[in-house]
Amino acid sequence: MAPEVTAPSSGQGAPFGPDRAPRGGTLRRLLATREASVLGALVVTVILASFWVDGFFTDRTAGFLILDVTAIALIALPMTLIVITGEIDLSVASILGLTSAVMGQLWFLGLPLETIVPLCLALGAVLGAINGLLVTVAGLPSLAVTIGTMALYRGLAYVILGDRAVADFPRSWTSGATQRLGETAIPWVVLLIAALAVVFGIVLHATPIGRSLYAIGSNDEAARFAGISVRMTKLWLFVASGAVSALAGVFWTLQYSSARADNAFGLELSVVAAVLLGGVSIFGGLGALPGVIGGVLLLGTIRKALELADVSSDTLSVVTGLLLVISVVAPNIVARLKERRRPDTPSVPAHSNQR
Amino acid sequence: MSAVSTSAQPPLQEHGGGDAKADRKLRQVREVGILLALVLLVVATTIVNPNFLSAQSVRDLLLGATLLTILAVGQTLVIVTRSVDLSVGSILGLSAFAVGSLFAAFPTMPVPVAIIAGVLVGTVCGAVNGALVALARVPALVVTLGTLYIFRGIDYWWASGKQINASDMPSAFLGMGRASVLGIPVLALVAVLVVAVVGWYLTSYRSGRELYAIGSEPAAARLSGIPVDRRIFMAFVANGTLAGLAGVLYAARFGTLDATVGTGLELQVVAAAVVGGVAIFGGSGTVLGAALGAVLLTTIGSALPILRVSGFWQQAVVGLLILTAIGLDRVLAVRAERKLRGGQSRGA
Amino acid sequence: MFRTRLARGIAAGTAAGALLLLTACGGTTRDSVEEGGSERPAGEADPDAEIPEGLTISFLPKQLNNPYSTFANTGGAEAVEELNGEFKEVGPSEASASSQVSYINTVSQQGADAIVIAANDPNAVCAALNSASDAGAAIVSYDSDTAPECRDVFINQASAEGIAKTQVEMIVEQVDGEGQIAFLSATPNATNQNAWLELMEEELAKPEYSDIEVVDTVYGNDDDQKSFQEMQGLLQTYPDLKGVVSPTTVGIAAAARYVSDSEYKGKVAVTGLGTPNQMSEYVKNGTVEEFALWNPKDLGYLAGYAGAALSAGQITGAEGETFSAGRLGDYEIGPNSEVILGPPTKFNADNIDDFDF
Repeated sequence: MAPEVTAPSSGQGAPFGPDRAPRGGTLRRLLATREASVLGALVVTVILASFWVDGFFTDRTAGFLILDVTAIALIALPMTLIVITGEIDLSVASILGLTSAVMGQLWFLGLPLETIVPLCLALGAVLGAINGLLVTVAGLPSLAVTIGTMALYRGLAYVILGDRAVADFPRSWTSGATQRLGETAIPWVVLLIAALAVVFGIVLHATPIGRSLYAIGSNDEAARFAGISVRMTKLWLFVASGAVSALAGVFWTLQYSSARADNAFGLELSVVAAVLLGGVSIFGGLGALPGVIGGVLLLGTIRKALELADVSSDTLSVVTGLLLVISVVAPNIVARLKERRRPDTPSVPAHSNQR
Repeated sequence: MSAVSTSAQPPLQEHGGGDAKADRKLRQVREVGILLALVLLVVATTIVNPNFLSAQSVRDLLLGATLLTILAVGQTLVIVTRSVDLSVGSILGLSAFAVGSLFAAFPTMPVPVAIIAGVLVGTVCGAVNGALVALARVPALVVTLGTLYIFRGIDYWWASGKQINASDMPSAFLGMGRASVLGIPVLALVAVLVVAVVGWYLTSYRSGRELYAIGSEPAAARLSGIPVDRRIFMAFVANGTLAGLAGVLYAARFGTLDATVGTGLELQVVAAAVVGGVAIFGGSGTVLGAALGAVLLTTIGSALPILRVSGFWQQAVVGLLILTAIGLDRVLAVRAERKLRGGQSRGA
Repeated sequence: MFRTRLARGIAAGTAAGALLLLTACGGTTRDSVEEGGSERPAGEADPDAEIPEGLTISFLPKQLNNPYSTFANTGGAEAVEELNGEFKEVGPSEASASSQVSYINTVSQQGADAIVIAANDPNAVCAALNSASDAGAAIVSYDSDTAPECRDVFINQASAEGIAKTQVEMIVEQVDGEGQIAFLSATPNATNQNAWLELMEEELAKPEYSDIEVVDTVYGNDDDQKSFQEMQGLLQTYPDLKGVVSPTTVGIAAAARYVSDSEYKGKVAVTGLGTPNQMSEYVKNGTVEEFALWNPKDLGYLAGYAGAALSAGQITGAEGETFSAGRLGDYEIGPNSEVILGPPTKFNADNIDDFDF
């Protein structure tokens, strides 16, 4: 008896499925509005800050801002794809930390950086693959798996480097990491982020792979019937997430010229917040990359503007939280109001009441 | 996040109709398993250092596990309904600081009033979460990630660099954190009471059992007339209240409070529940299991320094434990499923 | 098809990686790099230069919402006010290595004349401080130093020797000159902690202290609960322990709280560096006899004056230069561009109520 045939309940099949109705037709429209509102909020924030905050509208601000959000921006790219398939990866910041610790230790042991960097990227891919295998082959929920590997990878980082910090990286590399483009104040890393964003964007929005990701996120049962290799797809997404987190780890280490086990502690929540703010549904099947990049930049811009306006970091935390809550509550309320106005349409709550 | 498990394998009817007995057995296996691990750890540590089982040390251990246990019990209520509450660390911090500030502002305030006020802070936070999740129908993970930042921000703003010290609080209150009955710390007794009451509620009350039904099959629960939204709302309120209680106990035990109290605790709490066999996708798990998970995690923390294992290993060990626990749950569940199907073999 | 395309991509990636590995022989290694600490360009000091009004002096503590730094910065605010400047206090809400960088960039952008920083990581803040310095800001580190090439002057709370010696004196007196003692430190890579621990061990190696045995050093990470647990572990592991020295305010408070509720009260001495407000309860209930600390308010005050003097060009950070620091009097810059605040103050039941911080 094939397992597919014995799997009758979509309720268990897609844990958040039961309250969800197919929304294929409205998908495009919904995407447009969510993205539009994030990007709109970004534009409004930039305009307001330029008027009210001294020294905000300069290329120095932009340069610092990009360096501040580099790690979040990089990791948010694969995270978007993962969340769209209905999974999550909470171990990304720990992969960053472990990569940084390994990089420091190998450098300390005398290996050349030209060897260390590819090794670190490979390590990230392996760590991601472990997540992916536990999720796809062992069939465990990604939320629980990556909470486990989050502790495990961070723990290994401490085992390797303890509380030491390795800081004597060559200046040519560390200042190279934050090198500006020509005469501007914009760091070159913006090109790296843009290149990766384009790659991930094309994969997601212009290839059959991308369409299969949405299909998996909407209903992975159906996706499998449609001939999509759900397991392999998810496995590779976790590998990509690990590798990109490792890349962010290498960059972080050089940017701050400090390899430490606690680097980027807690960053996973910032990444998830940016992705969700960017309009990706935590249930999967919904979201777009431009919105996520808007989300990353929006959080970074608000932060920078508040800092320049001498508003304390406490406020930042409240603002981040409020934005996140509003970004999910507002569309729901709008949807409900519309629904009430047209009682003949079938009830389609934008989200179920579960996680 | 959907569990791939369920796409790769047939769904597991952990709380379906006919398998209650098998499920109970499964739970027992699971709880005995954690207990066994706990005993092994304690025995091993005691062999290395007999002092580990001294009265003082056992007291320390119990006290250490108190807060995590209470939080894990609350989290269980939420997780069985297929939700999650990431804001508990921030709620704990806020309520602990509230109690401390009350005492600092009104030194003559009666202790019970301050305790109730602190717990109520938690209740209010829980109600905010519950309202957003159950009434506004937004995903719990996103909402509580948001309120994690909001509650913490309020805490920072309120504390604004101040610290509450033991000398700001009456000794009657701090004494609560130190008192023992028959050698067992009062705080640990509070935790035991919480486990007993919530555990009893979940198994003996219709509304308690309905929480499991909601977590197993939300749509079916709705159709069968269970007031799903109200139940979920109440689960969050109860969890917030327990986090508030934990905050009060934190204040009594530690005496030194600033705005960072409880930072990052949320993932430990979820980890304790998961280690204790609470299924992250709802419908299954007991309060006792979660409590045992919390005790096990705490014991690891205290045992490692005594076993002369570098403290740096602690997180890695906890991570492995979480992975083992969910792997084990999977294996047990698959087996139970197989048994139910009359030993039918199927591809997994 | 998806699978093969991906597999091909991965294969190509691996091949590229292998190629890199091969070409890596003779790459950049730790041994091949020799970069001496580049000296900061020091101009000529003009001891008679006036301190102009309206200097913007920004204080960056390890984290906001930390009572110690809040208190230290009240001293900074006092100094800046005396100089008719503009005082600013900014910083992250968590003390992580990288979190200060963004704030350094911001205050530099705002045109700060001096930045006074307590570094969470001596190196992570360097690049940002150097570019702030290029933009014209004087850099003063206080409390926790940055790498020396990234700042003009370091205001040391007390000489490491003075702190180590005072703590050794206190613990030796409290355990009556003999027995096992242990250290409860903050984090293993905290620059200041390690310097003190090393000097204390050196001091204790002297023949007159031969009856004292240091059995262990544990780390509470400046986290209350972790320090509490480590203290617990110490007393279980070493039943004959006579005393614990904790050179960190978080550690000593946690240690004292643990001992005061336990059977060890009165048997195990706790001393080290703590704040009077946090410790007064334990001094009064007899758990702690005596402990020490510099006055953080004076530290912030001195740092504020140093920042102004640097900005005005009175000093450049070279050894031997002097500047005046208001109510604290004149200070001379020592070797390694360090200025030492003075000997720590000892607190006990007789004087603890005179201090409120």
